[in-house]
Amino acid sequence: MTPIQAVITKELRVYFVSPIVYVVGAVFLLIFGLLSYLYVGFAGAQAIQLMQMQGGPAQINLNDLVFRNLFASMRIVLLIILPILTMRLFAEERKLRTFEFLLTSPLRVHDIVVGKYVSVFLIYLGLVGLTVLVPSVLMLFSDFDWNPIWTGYLGMVLLGALFLSVGVFASAVTENQIVAAFISFGMLLTVWLIAGLGGLFGDTTAGRVISYVSYMEHYDRLVRGLIDTSDLVYFVSGLILMLFLTHRVVESTRWK
Amino acid sequence: MIDVHNITKRYGHHTAIDRVSFSVAKGEVLAFLGPNGAGKTTTMRILTCFMPATEGTARVAGFDCTDQPLEVKRQIGYLPETPPVYQELTVTEYLTFVGQLRGLSAAKLTSALDQSIGRLELGTVRHRLIGNLSRGYRQRVGLAQALLHDPPVLILDEPTVGLDPKQIIEIRELIKSLAGSHSVILSTHILPEATAVCQRVVIINNGRIVAEDTPEQLSARLRQSEKVSLTLKSCPADCEAKLQAIPGVLHVFPGQGGSTFLIECELGRDLRDELARVVVTNQWGLLELRTVSMTLEDVFLQLTRHEDHSTETTEATVSLAAAEQTGT
Repeated sequence: MTPIQAVITKELRVYFVSPIVYVVGAVFLLIFGLLSYLYVGFAGAQAIQLMQMQGGPAQINLNDLVFRNLFASMRIVLLIILPILTMRLFAEERKLRTFEFLLTSPLRVHDIVVGKYVSVFLIYLGLVGLTVLVPSVLMLFSDFDWNPIWTGYLGMVLLGALFLSVGVFASAVTENQIVAAFISFGMLLTVWLIAGLGGLFGDTTAGRVISYVSYMEHYDRLVRGLIDTSDLVYFVSGLILMLFLTHRVVESTRWK
Repeated sequence: MIDVHNITKRYGHHTAIDRVSFSVAKGEVLAFLGPNGAGKTTTMRILTCFMPATEGTARVAGFDCTDQPLEVKRQIGYLPETPPVYQELTVTEYLTFVGQLRGLSAAKLTSALDQSIGRLELGTVRHRLIGNLSRGYRQRVGLAQALLHDPPVLILDEPTVGLDPKQIIEIRELIKSLAGSHSVILSTHILPEATAVCQRVVIINNGRIVAEDTPEQLSARLRQSEKVSLTLKSCPADCEAKLQAIPGVLHVFPGQGGSTFLIECELGRDLRDELARVVVTNQWGLLELRTVSMTLEDVFLQLTRHEDHSTETTEATVSLAAAEQTGT
């Protein structure tokens, strides 16, 4: 077993022994289910209205009415929930003085950073995987196009991956878990609002550049069913940047 | 095995350790002695590559701590001040994780695990969560972690803190049994521990090494006079003066109860014979006569106190004593 695998196994073990995963997972799935129920109910009400107006069976688009709204709403849910999942990763090690043990073990700093990141990403993937139940159940009673749903899921996985990397970074800069959660929350919200700032500049170069920095437009395109390489590059480069910064922060503690 | 040459560590304007040099041979146990905040932990952290020295070089098993940290880390088993344990893991899970980090193969890991659990008597708690264990058990888990991969170099920061007296003796025995095959550095401020376990003692104060030698020689070299304790059955008023009159006696200090005296004699002279004769001829009744040797405690206090007043005096004393020693 390589050191990275050892770190991943240990982190997963700690996650599943502590209540964090269960609490965060339960809240995440509850909200996802509740939102789905609301949007389906809303779509149903629209269908009834349409039927009354047309006087016959009505065609409504579940992709537009349910899934696009659902994925769009998940942005804020992920923004609030994922920092809670990542906040302990480095902060706890510092608080409990196991950080010194990790840094004096024969493994490289990137083994630690990548191992911790992968462990929390796997948990997130598991949670997202469970939500596929919702469209699967809906499929039994209705008909819709799966392709935009898969791109929506791809968007949710990439967005979550980016949020988690920000959370890992925030956890590395402090030994207080609450502060770590708050830093990542603040960073994510700021980058969200940058999209609004870009909007103020309109369709100018500055406006486009500023909008590109925010994850909003990249996520929106995926939710609408568009796979654009520039969006994939955005998410992947963003998370690599955050992990690189985490590496630097962890490394720098040795020089203080 | 360990070679430290002139290392200095500064945190901003604060100098934690100042030009510290020492070396540890293969199979030797070295105690690092000093008051809190003297720089023991900082030195250990530099040796374990947790942080680099500001100046100077440190080498472990031939590898440089700054340039080849991974190789150095493989040679070392390190127990920090606080046992580095994960409360959410059981003892076995934790030690397995440690073994995997150090690259032990699955077969090797099982035997290493059983061995270190046996050595530290953790068998009864091996499937319990570390978070539910007492301080003493956690400390032992920390030690098991350091010993797990049987490293040639062990660095133990206050290894017996939090243990009960029986365990302290067991751990000391364990460390003694490691001598010969392992090089060990342990820090402590419990002086009998250093005397009991170590072949050599380094006393560090305010970030500087003030003395380095075997425990016996340290007390010998700092002794400026021979001291004899004398207890009498009856002591008339003139006995102090009569004792003082014996050639070679420097001072006579009356002790408690008036019947015990601490007699300071010239260095290198054993006056017990002469003292006994005087007591017997005067019929004072000899109850006890013994030499008082300096304990490591006295040495330590003397060195660290002197250090606070003037560094030069202590160093002069030490080097003078060292010169004497090489002369004899």
